[in-house]
Amino acid sequence: MNEERHEITLLVNGLPNTVVVPARRLLSDALRHDLGLTGTHVGCEHGVCGTCTVLFDGQPVRSCLMFAVTAAGHEITTVEGLTEPDGTLSPVQQSFIDCHALQCGFCTPGFLCTITAFLDEHPDPTDAEILAGVSGNLCRCTGYQNIRSAVRRAADLRSDRARRVTT
Amino acid sequence: MTSLFGARVPRKEDPQLVTGKGTYVDDFGPDALGVAFVRSTYAHAEVLDIDVGEALEVDGIVAVYTYEDLPERIGAALPVLVPHPGLTEPRTGYPLAKGIVRYSGEPIAMVVATDRYVAEDAAERISVSYQPLPPVVGLENAAAAERLVYPDVPGNLAAHMVQDVGHARQAIDAAPHRLQFRLAIERSAPVPLEGRGVYACWDARDGSMRVCSSTQLPVSLRNAIASRLDLPLKKVEVIAPDIGGGFGMKLNHPWPEEVLLPWAARLIGKPLKWVDDRREGFIASSSERAQIHDVDVGFDDQGHILGLSVRFLHESGAYTPYGIIVPIITMSQLPGPYRIPNYRVEFDCLYTNTVMVTPYRGAGRPQGAFAMERTIDRIAEFLGLDRAEVRAVNFVQPADMPYDTGLIFQDGRPAIYDSGDFPSSLKLVTEAIGWRDFPARKEQAAKEGRRLGIGIACYVEGTGVGPYEGGHVEIEPSGRVLVSTGLSAQGQGHQTMLAQIVADELDVPICDIEVTTGDTRRFGYAVGTFASRTAVMSGSAVALAARKVRAKALRIAGDALEADPRDLEIEAGVVRVKGSPEAFIPLKTVATLSNPLRYAFDEAAKAATQFTRPGSFDEPPVREGEEPGLEATDYYSPVRCTFANGIHAVVVETDTRTAEVRILNYAVSCDCGTMINPMIIEGQIHGGVAQGVAGALYERLAYDEDGQLQNASFMDFLMPYATEVPEHIEIRHLETPSPLNPLGVKGAGEAGVIPAVAAIAAAIEDAEGYRIDHMPVSPSELFHLRSSQEARQ
Amino acid sequence: MKPAPFSYHSPATVEETLAVLADLGADGKILAGGQSLIPILNMRLSSPPHLVDINRVGGLDTVTVDGVLRVGALARHAQVERDERVRRSCPLLSRALALVAHPAIRNRGTLCGALAHADPASELPGVLLLAGGSVEVARAGAPVREIPAADFFVGPLESDLDTGDLIVAARFPLLPPRTGTDFVEIARRHGDYALCGVGAMVAVDTDGLITSARTVYIGANPIALVLDLTEAVAGSRPESASYAAAGRLAHDAVDPDPDIHASAEYRRELAAVLTERGLAAAATRAAAAGTQVAALPPDGSAGEAV
Repeated sequence: MNEERHEITLLVNGLPNTVVVPARRLLSDALRHDLGLTGTHVGCEHGVCGTCTVLFDGQPVRSCLMFAVTAAGHEITTVEGLTEPDGTLSPVQQSFIDCHALQCGFCTPGFLCTITAFLDEHPDPTDAEILAGVSGNLCRCTGYQNIRSAVRRAADLRSDRARRVTT
Repeated sequence: MTSLFGARVPRKEDPQLVTGKGTYVDDFGPDALGVAFVRSTYAHAEVLDIDVGEALEVDGIVAVYTYEDLPERIGAALPVLVPHPGLTEPRTGYPLAKGIVRYSGEPIAMVVATDRYVAEDAAERISVSYQPLPPVVGLENAAAAERLVYPDVPGNLAAHMVQDVGHARQAIDAAPHRLQFRLAIERSAPVPLEGRGVYACWDARDGSMRVCSSTQLPVSLRNAIASRLDLPLKKVEVIAPDIGGGFGMKLNHPWPEEVLLPWAARLIGKPLKWVDDRREGFIASSSERAQIHDVDVGFDDQGHILGLSVRFLHESGAYTPYGIIVPIITMSQLPGPYRIPNYRVEFDCLYTNTVMVTPYRGAGRPQGAFAMERTIDRIAEFLGLDRAEVRAVNFVQPADMPYDTGLIFQDGRPAIYDSGDFPSSLKLVTEAIGWRDFPARKEQAAKEGRRLGIGIACYVEGTGVGPYEGGHVEIEPSGRVLVSTGLSAQGQGHQTMLAQIVADELDVPICDIEVTTGDTRRFGYAVGTFASRTAVMSGSAVALAARKVRAKALRIAGDALEADPRDLEIEAGVVRVKGSPEAFIPLKTVATLSNPLRYAFDEAAKAATQFTRPGSFDEPPVREGEEPGLEATDYYSPVRCTFANGIHAVVVETDTRTAEVRILNYAVSCDCGTMINPMIIEGQIHGGVAQGVAGALYERLAYDEDGQLQNASFMDFLMPYATEVPEHIEIRHLETPSPLNPLGVKGAGEAGVIPAVAAIAAAIEDAEGYRIDHMPVSPSELFHLRSSQEARQ
Repeated sequence: MKPAPFSYHSPATVEETLAVLADLGADGKILAGGQSLIPILNMRLSSPPHLVDINRVGGLDTVTVDGVLRVGALARHAQVERDERVRRSCPLLSRALALVAHPAIRNRGTLCGALAHADPASELPGVLLLAGGSVEVARAGAPVREIPAADFFVGPLESDLDTGDLIVAARFPLLPPRTGTDFVEIARRHGDYALCGVGAMVAVDTDGLITSARTVYIGANPIALVLDLTEAVAGSRPESASYAAAGRLAHDAVDPDPDIHASAEYRRELAAVLTERGLAAAATRAAAAGTQVAALPPDGSAGEAV
């Protein structure tokens, strides 16, 4: 019994990619294996750890809880898409380095996507908002202290860059 | 150039990781075949039959293997990695179950298919018939031994050990005061976010096997695979890629998968890959922590401990591949920073029908700290003395160093504390937590109807365990400085830390340094990453290798500049004559000169050719005892390990209605000797504290009476989010350098977790006013403890 | 953990969806947000042969407030949470939505999907019950029918839906005047299923005295349980009402199951504590709403003091 396969186009990091996948292919696996974008990691496949978080039409979602066939036609941003085209790190990426907010790096792409969207919605967040914003992703290494600092720093870097662009 | 040693240098690892370019094991081999396992659904059963018929019909199936299919060498029992005379009844499992399963999750069959999805389809169609056997679950049941895990292991006793210093029994009997009590810690798990994984690729043309495994010990794994597959060592390459956390779970080896995948890859002739899913991570890896302690202590009016006798039960799970390292660490580290002249400690290591026990960050020390620190608290309470002062009264003093505890440590060597200033550590942490002012704070809170409590707990940690680690440092003619060591990294920033050391030793810019860890192609002699040992062991080895390179560089530079090497200095990668700025030679040129050439393969190489390079034609180009190239290998092998230490203090609030526990303040004093990168050390502490808090309040493995794990997922195994850890951790560093290694470092990897459960238990007890001697404790459990307490009053 | 194979259907209209569902019968399972379904599929706890993905069906994601709050089948939790009209017209729902799992889950999960899933620990069935709402259910060859909340939740993870049914919308009555609400819960970790959660709705009269106090309990009963606790607090002022008595009634009324996270008795205690907290907050808001002199918005919503 051959499993039915579907030809779909996934818009990832601004580029269309046509792949042929079974319906049950999770978006996380399609990104990693069919598109070779291994930056998105898989931690639990039941939606709790947030490691697989990507942006779906700009909003963070668990890519392990979506089938690639459902995602077809929507805009997906992965960690690879957060870097500027010229290679400059995004404010969130840079602040993670500056604040030592990663150790093994496995949960990091999920956090980066989550925080990128969070700062779009809360460009000047309070500490309580930051805590709420990062408390849907698990990290085993950092104990979260530096991740919270990194969000604060990223907010500052973003407003710096915005100022520089407008002046 | 300012020294990088001790600097908060941003990590070299990060740019790749934040851009999604890290390569973890599942990122390798996009064309590899997928692998899934059929795992036992019983904790204890005979395997009567394995019917694979339907599985073989699944579209995309490649092969199914059971024990019967394995050649003898492959299917043989897995090794006892750390044999010990005390481990009288060692037992290990088989790569695939041989007729009997002893924990739920034990691998029974391996399925290879076009991808993991199909492999799981096939695995689902394999039907196993079992004859269930009565499972042994829980330490008390194991000790009671009404049921046995092994018919030929009476009492479920894998090992029994005693260490005895002085005369504990007599001292306790003669002591003015005596207390006896029981303490318990439940089973928990390391749970790195990336599980285990193996990628195996056989190159038939040259007969070599390449394996990527998410392992903390690539060299030892290479040795194990070579032995299993009967291949020369040099024909097996093991690469530890980027690893998403280890915490001890990736120490055991070879795992069944690490034997089976290389074997099957060679047999099938295609690369194979397996990564565990979260459920497998819980039921088929390893865990730790379950112990029950019976403490008997004798003390005087000032709280001096005159005699201490501890007997504990240690849960081993179904197998003992890692020997009895964990309970040995408990027994030998239990005394912590205290002088205990009469100490007797005894343990029974017991089998249960659960997954095996191997170290989890802390490795038996959290249990030992729990026992010791709760003992001190009880002594203080009994005498009406301040808990910090009773600790101080029992401390080994700085003047006592080196202090011989009289115990044998996990490396078989005497546990002799080489350094430490426990009174200063105590002063730092009590100030940081506001210990002196706390009674007033507690009273004020009580007036507001709030319950606050404070706890404090100390530990000593033997780090830098041997036998050795090695380091290789090489300066290329390109100017690149290549550094390698054999152990692997799982997020601790080893590359950065080692680069800082080399940058300092060689006075080269850190951006010129590339560090490779955990790749047997680059470095083939190593032990592994555990026991907070990397900075001590690899750090020292790399420093020593770098010093050799520096000495050689100065010698060659001296020849070239016609100067005495003692008159030379290096700055930013350039060797110059002190006081003569025009007399200099870049290290990259020195590297070129270090290799006498006949052929100039590029422009720079011309300097080393026979008619151009300096030197006399009366001497051989490569002198006696020398080698071409600017590189060196060295090893660090200490006579014994060093001892880091620290103290945690915590203030909690317990909700008067719901019994929820909230951490208000958390302070840590940490003495890991000389600090190489304080930023990395603090990160280690943050992460360790999170695991400690988790172990106190959230995480435990909940087995039912049938040996089934009821919380084999993140939904029910409560790993903390950011909201569950302390809002802030106040860290105070103390550096008492170790005299045992060239850098004075002591290791910080486990500093954050070791005393956390003890400190939090103490704080909850202080808030509630009744015994907290069983951890972890949930709000529901605390609620019931409180209700029983109130009912009694 | 990968799901078993399934045949995939992606209808574009409600009619098409109903036809496919009728065709597939018990073999078909609806995929909306997937936040509850996909973990189940990944763990192979269930392996339906056919999945009907309704994410491309047009017109199902609308939210309207017109005498009633109507939430279409594909309206995501996050979308409804952010909707100001919902905050004004049915604040109980907004408060509860903020407590559902984590933002990434709320970005995909649908309200109607949560109602269909009927998890006794889920906030949404609790809100529907306390608010006295209903679900609109369509099936091929039949008119859309409305099922009141009280009839909809039949058992743990069991709703009144038949094979072939599709929820097209959920309906929530608007907040009446001089009424306040609250939703509080206690979970082991932030975002976890609650050990116990309580929705509360309190009404006061023109003198500011409590006339009605009702609560709903999730996570502490086989299905979400609504209690009328008016007798304990009627006629009192919000600041002096006997919430403890109401809490004791709740303690005795809920029937929680123990599990590895909490005992049944602890959950009863939480029911009592959260009843007190929820009623007090709801009553205070009711009194504040009562003192507001505000023109009612044209959609008929009453508004609530924050």
